[in-house]
Amino acid sequence: MEIWRCDDEPVSKSPNLQINELIMSDHILLPEGSIEKQTTTLNLGPTHPATHGVFQNILELDGERIMKATSTVGYIHRAFEKIAERRPLYQITPLTDRLNYCSSPINNMGWHLVCEKLLDVKIPKRVDYLRVIIMELARISDHLICNSIVGVDSGAYSGFLYLMQYRELIYEIYEEVCGSRLTTNIGRIGGFERNFTNTAFEKLEKFLAEYPKQLKEFENLFTRNRIFMERTIGCGPITAERALNYGFTGPNLRAAGVDYDVRVHTPYSSYEDFDFTIPVGKTGDCYDRFLVRNEEMWQSLHIIEQAWQKVQEFKGTEAEVYHADAPAYYLPDKKDVYTKMEALIYHFKIVMGETDIPAGEVYNSVEGANGELGFYLISDGGRTPYRLHFRRPCFIYYQAYPELIQGGMLSDAVITMSSLNLIAGELDA
Amino acid sequence: MLTFTAEKEINLKVLQYLFDDETLKFRFLTDLQAVHYPNNKGAELAVVYHLHNLADNVRIRFKVFTDISQPDVFSASALYQAANWMERETYDFFGVNFVGHPNLIRVLNVDEMDYFPMRKEFPLEDQTRVDKDDEMFGRG
Repeated sequence: MEIWRCDDEPVSKSPNLQINELIMSDHILLPEGSIEKQTTTLNLGPTHPATHGVFQNILELDGERIMKATSTVGYIHRAFEKIAERRPLYQITPLTDRLNYCSSPINNMGWHLVCEKLLDVKIPKRVDYLRVIIMELARISDHLICNSIVGVDSGAYSGFLYLMQYRELIYEIYEEVCGSRLTTNIGRIGGFERNFTNTAFEKLEKFLAEYPKQLKEFENLFTRNRIFMERTIGCGPITAERALNYGFTGPNLRAAGVDYDVRVHTPYSSYEDFDFTIPVGKTGDCYDRFLVRNEEMWQSLHIIEQAWQKVQEFKGTEAEVYHADAPAYYLPDKKDVYTKMEALIYHFKIVMGETDIPAGEVYNSVEGANGELGFYLISDGGRTPYRLHFRRPCFIYYQAYPELIQGGMLSDAVITMSSLNLIAGELDA
Repeated sequence: MLTFTAEKEINLKVLQYLFDDETLKFRFLTDLQAVHYPNNKGAELAVVYHLHNLADNVRIRFKVFTDISQPDVFSASALYQAANWMERETYDFFGVNFVGHPNLIRVLNVDEMDYFPMRKEFPLEDQTRVDKDDEMFGRG
């Protein structure tokens, strides 16, 4: 964190002139009798230990109070939408991993779902339930990071360590299912690449048995902790009207008191078969966002338990179903490729990206861990999308950040940023 | 999803009507982006709005087409705060000039960039490559 004082010359004439220009021009004069004559400019970020990602904010400070904030984004822009215009559908899945990398399985599933909507593929129930298990595990792993980081930023490190070991367990389940941990590339269009192993289910049962106790302990540490409450209550609040106008979705919108959840409003992947409640807050401040996320973790656990029950009800050959019957898009088994003519043809066509996609225009969204993650896919009948747009929830609600922190203290700005669950990868696409 | 098109001169009037009407109540802007159709002469750029009526859970898609040589479209950022950055992103990648936007500058790309990279005239790969036959590998 570098501080330029109003009466100093700018430190150097860097080629990145914009920052210096902003600093030289945007001081705010303070009223008569103030200790300082005008505000101080503080450049927070783009790489700063307290911002957990590449976020730059140029703050105008009166003492420690924020008068004005200007956000700069785009430091890790990787042109995913342009790259996607030259890739066959299955090669776009790894791009979606890198949007919200704290819960990449949800992004992968969202992408598969929009493809299946365009290709009109019917998904078997068992696959839906397996997907729900993976998506809710991803939601838990995302929320537990976000909430424990709010704790870290308010000075309580131990909660983070307690929960972090369970993210490890979730990652082990991903690893059993798809072979990778962070950027998962999980599943295929039509289902999963292989059936879940018994080890995966054993790990899932272990997680279901052990995690509630740990989450309870985490809540005991924080929820009624006086220091934590005084740091977070009233910090970075937003009203329901402003939140809706700003395009908030997900836990941040629900913390402001609007019960909008894509899983309920537009059920996908058989979410209508599950019984769960949507927690809503009232004031939209950091404390409410924290509580909403915690309750969502309990609800996710509840959903996973139900889904696991339903998966166990499939017996015999039904228990072997792990993908839909969509030979033109779903990569065939390797042993079939060696022995069957059709499988070999489809294998070749899929791998070389020679399958034409039907022309059409679809929008599909899933409830990502930090909001409505939408995919707008236009196909002109070619082999790659004509245009693909990601509706990235944090790009849209990060606009409200200057408004949320204005008038607050600098240390509140840090907590507000972590409690918004901003993921730089998703923000910058 | 219901999709409809309107003249670009009345896009704000349509959005305002959809927002204000007591039965329509499309008050949530889900998404805003553009699409480039280079062969659609005189209407090369489409600006696409996805709107959501949260009370009745209805989504609609609304498009306006504009000429690429004069890509002026009225800004919806006064109606929806959310449109602010979405329009900046659309400007950044397609060069749609949103008239009335408070701060229409690039958001994801560098400020020095002097072209709009998502337009179709900028291919992803080096077009002089000869080792790869585009007929066989995806889009030419």
